[in-house]
Amino acid sequence: MTLPLAVAAALFAGVVIYALFGGADFGSGYFDLTAGGAKQGSELRTLIDHSIGPVWEANHVWLIYVLVMWWTGFPTAFAAAMSTLIVPLMLALLGIVLRGASFAFRKYSATLGQARLFGIVFAGSSLITPFFLGAVAGAVASGRVPARGQGGVWSSWLTPTSLFGGVIAVGTCVLLAGVFLTADAARSGHGALADSLRRRTLAVGVVTGAVVFVALVPIQHDAPTLAAGLEGRAAPLVVLSAVAGTGTLALLFRRRYAVARLTAVVAVATVVLGWGVGQYPWMLVDEVSIADAAGASATLAGLLIVVALALVVVVPALAYLFLLTQTEPWTHD
Amino acid sequence: MLEHAAAIQSLIADAPPGLLPAREQMALSLGWHIILACFGVAFPSMIYVVHRRGIVRGDPVALGLAQRWAKVSAVLFAIGAVSGTVLSFEMGLLWPGLMGRFGDVLGLPFAFEGLSFFVEAIFLGIYLYGWNRMPPRRHLAMLLPMASAGVVGTFCVVSVNAWMNNPTGFRIVAGEVTDVNPWRAMFNDGVWLQFAHMWVGAFMVVGFIVAGVYAAGMLRGRRDAHHRLGFRVPFVFATVAALAQPLIGHVLGLRVGDTQPSKLAAFELATTTESPSPLRLGGVLIDGKVHGSIDIPLLGSIISRNSFTKPVKGLDTIPAADQPPVNITHLAFQSMVGIGTLLALVVVLFWWALWRRRDLTDSLWFLRFAVVAGPLAVIALECGWIATEVGRQPWVVWGILRTRDAASLSTGLWWSYAGAFVVYAGMTVGAVVVLRSMARRWRAGEEDLPSPYGPEGTPVGQARS
Repeated sequence: MTLPLAVAAALFAGVVIYALFGGADFGSGYFDLTAGGAKQGSELRTLIDHSIGPVWEANHVWLIYVLVMWWTGFPTAFAAAMSTLIVPLMLALLGIVLRGASFAFRKYSATLGQARLFGIVFAGSSLITPFFLGAVAGAVASGRVPARGQGGVWSSWLTPTSLFGGVIAVGTCVLLAGVFLTADAARSGHGALADSLRRRTLAVGVVTGAVVFVALVPIQHDAPTLAAGLEGRAAPLVVLSAVAGTGTLALLFRRRYAVARLTAVVAVATVVLGWGVGQYPWMLVDEVSIADAAGASATLAGLLIVVALALVVVVPALAYLFLLTQTEPWTHD
Repeated sequence: MLEHAAAIQSLIADAPPGLLPAREQMALSLGWHIILACFGVAFPSMIYVVHRRGIVRGDPVALGLAQRWAKVSAVLFAIGAVSGTVLSFEMGLLWPGLMGRFGDVLGLPFAFEGLSFFVEAIFLGIYLYGWNRMPPRRHLAMLLPMASAGVVGTFCVVSVNAWMNNPTGFRIVAGEVTDVNPWRAMFNDGVWLQFAHMWVGAFMVVGFIVAGVYAAGMLRGRRDAHHRLGFRVPFVFATVAALAQPLIGHVLGLRVGDTQPSKLAAFELATTTESPSPLRLGGVLIDGKVHGSIDIPLLGSIISRNSFTKPVKGLDTIPAADQPPVNITHLAFQSMVGIGTLLALVVVLFWWALWRRRDLTDSLWFLRFAVVAGPLAVIALECGWIATEVGRQPWVVWGILRTRDAASLSTGLWWSYAGAFVVYAGMTVGAVVVLRSMARRWRAGEEDLPSPYGPEGTPVGQARS
C-alpha cells in the first residue's frame, strides 16, 4: 500500500464512521420533526435528547477529521472541491450550525414556546446537512469537480447523481436513527414508543432501499465511472448492503432490535464503502487520482502518525463513552 | 501619500471579487468563535477547582457552582463546536488559494487539533451526563483530559497562525512549493510565544467574564457564599493570567521588529525611522501625517526594541504595496495593551488591598469595574487578533502569499457573508436568551432545569445533565 493510498483509506474510514454515527444523530431530527405536537411528541423528544445528547459532539468531530485529513493530505483536490461545491457545502454548514446550536438551546429552554422554536430548527436543519453532504459526494463521484477547481457553482451538483446522493444520505441517516431509537426505546421500557418507531423505521427503510436501487439506473449515464466501479469492484459491497438492509427490515419486523442495529450499520457502511471502492483510484472522479492528488510525503507520513494516535487515544475514549451510555445508570433518567 | 492611496486603489481594483467578503466573513466567524474557544480552553480548569473543592471538602456551595458551570459549558461548548466547524469549512471555501497551495505545509497541526477536539468532545459528553451516574472522583477526573485538550488544541491552532507570521518548513522553487517539512512548519520560530499569549489570554477572558457575573450579583445585594466563591475562583485564574500576560506580550512584541517590521511600524504608528523612537500613544494617520497622538520620547525604542537607540523602522521604508492598513492596526494594538495594563493594575490593587485587610468586593466601584472587566478582556482579545491579523496584511503568509491571491474567486460571497451575519446574530441572541433564562431559574430555586418538551404537568423530560 502506498503512502497516499494509506492516508486516503484513513480519510475514507473517517467518512464511513461519520456517515454512521454522525448520520444517526442527524437522522434523529426526522423523528423529532415528525413526533407530533408538544404533548404527543414529548416522550420521543426526550428519548432523542437522551440518546444523542452525550455523543453528538464527539460524533461530529469525525467531520473535522475528514476535512483536515483531506486538506492536509490532498490539498489541491480539497481546494478544487471547495471552490466548486461552495453552494452545497455552505448549506450543509448552515445545517450543522443550526442543528448543534438549537439542540443545545432547546435542552435549556425556559418555556415550551422556546423549546418548540429551537426544536423545529434543530429537527429541520438535521435534514439539510445530510442532503447537501450527499449532494457533495455525488458531485465528486460523478466527476463534476474539475482538477483546477472553479467548476460550475450550480451545474456541478444539480445533477441526478448529486440529488440521489442527497436523498440517499438523508434516507440512510433516518434509517440508522430509527433503528437506534427503536432499540433505545425498547431497552428503556417505552414499549408503545418502540412500536411506533418500529413502524416508521420500517417504512423509511423500504423507501430508502428502493431509492438506492433506483439510483443505479440514472447513475449509469450520469456517472459512468462510478457505475462501472459499483458493478465491478464494488459489486460485493452492493450485494452485501442489499442483504444487510433486507435483514435489518426483517429483524425490525420481528422486533429483534439489538441485532438490527448491527445489520443497519453494515447496510449503511457498505453503501458508503461501495461509493469509495467504486470510485477508486480517483480522488476527484475522472479528474485527479489519489496518487496525483497527494501532498508532500513528509506530511502524509505525519498524518499517519495522527491516525495512529487517534487509534491509541481517541478510539478507546470513544469506546468508553459509548459503553457508558449503554450501562444501566445511563439508560434511565 | 496620494501615490499610496492610488496604489491601494489599484490593489482593490485588481482584487478578486471574493477578497473583501471573504475577509469580512473570516473576521466575523473567527472573532465570534475565539470567545467560545476561550471557554473551551479555560473553563474546564475552573470547573475542576470548584468541583474538586465540592467533593474533597464536602462543600455544597462549590459543588453547586460546578453543576451550574457544567450546564453553562454545555451550551457554550455546543455553539463553540459548531462555530469551530464553520472555520474548518471556511479555510477551504474562502481561502482555496492558501489551502490548495500550502495545505500540506500548514495542515498537520490542524490534524493534531482534530485529535484534541475529539478528546474534548468525548470527555465533555461523559462529564455532562456523568453527574450522579459515575463514582464522584472518576467523574471529576473527566475534566482533566478536557483541560489538557485545551492546551494542545490552543497550541495547534495558534501554531498555524504563527506559521503564517513565520513561514518555514518548505522552499519555493520556480513557483512550486517543495521540500515540505510539516514538523518544522508546526514548530516554527513564533509558535511558543504566540501560544503562551493566546493560552493566557483565554484565562483572562473567561476568568474576568465569570468573575464579573458574580460581581454583578453582589452589586444587586446577593453576597452569599455562592457569589463570593463564584467570584473568587475565576478571579484568581484571571489574576495569574493578567499578571503573566504583559510579560509574555512584551517578549512576543520584541520579535516583531525583527520578523515583521511593517507590522511593528503600524503598531507604533512610525511613519519615519527615528532613533531613538518615541512611544506614540493614540493618534491616526491621515494623508501621511499623524494627528492627535501623544509622543513620549525614547520609550518606543525601549519598549519595542529593548534598546536606547535601536529605532522602530518607519513606514516610509516599506513599499506602499506591502504596507498594512495602519490606523486599524495601531489603534487595535494600543487598545489591547492599554486594557491589558489596566486589568493587571486592578488585580494588583485588589490583592494589595486584601493584604491590607480591605476586601474590595465591599466597594461598589470595584464591583462595577469587575463587571466591566469581562467585556474589556474580550475587547482586548479581539483587538489583539485584529492587530496581528490586519498588521500582517497584505500577506496571508508573511512575505510569501498575498491575501488577494489566497481568496476565493467566487462572485457570490457577499450572500454568504450576509447569511453568516444573520446566523451569528441569531446564535448570539439564542445563547443570551437561554443563558439568562437559566440564571433566572437558578435564582428562583430550580436546580435541574428539565427540558420543556411537553406541556407543563406531564412527567417528562426529567433528564438531568
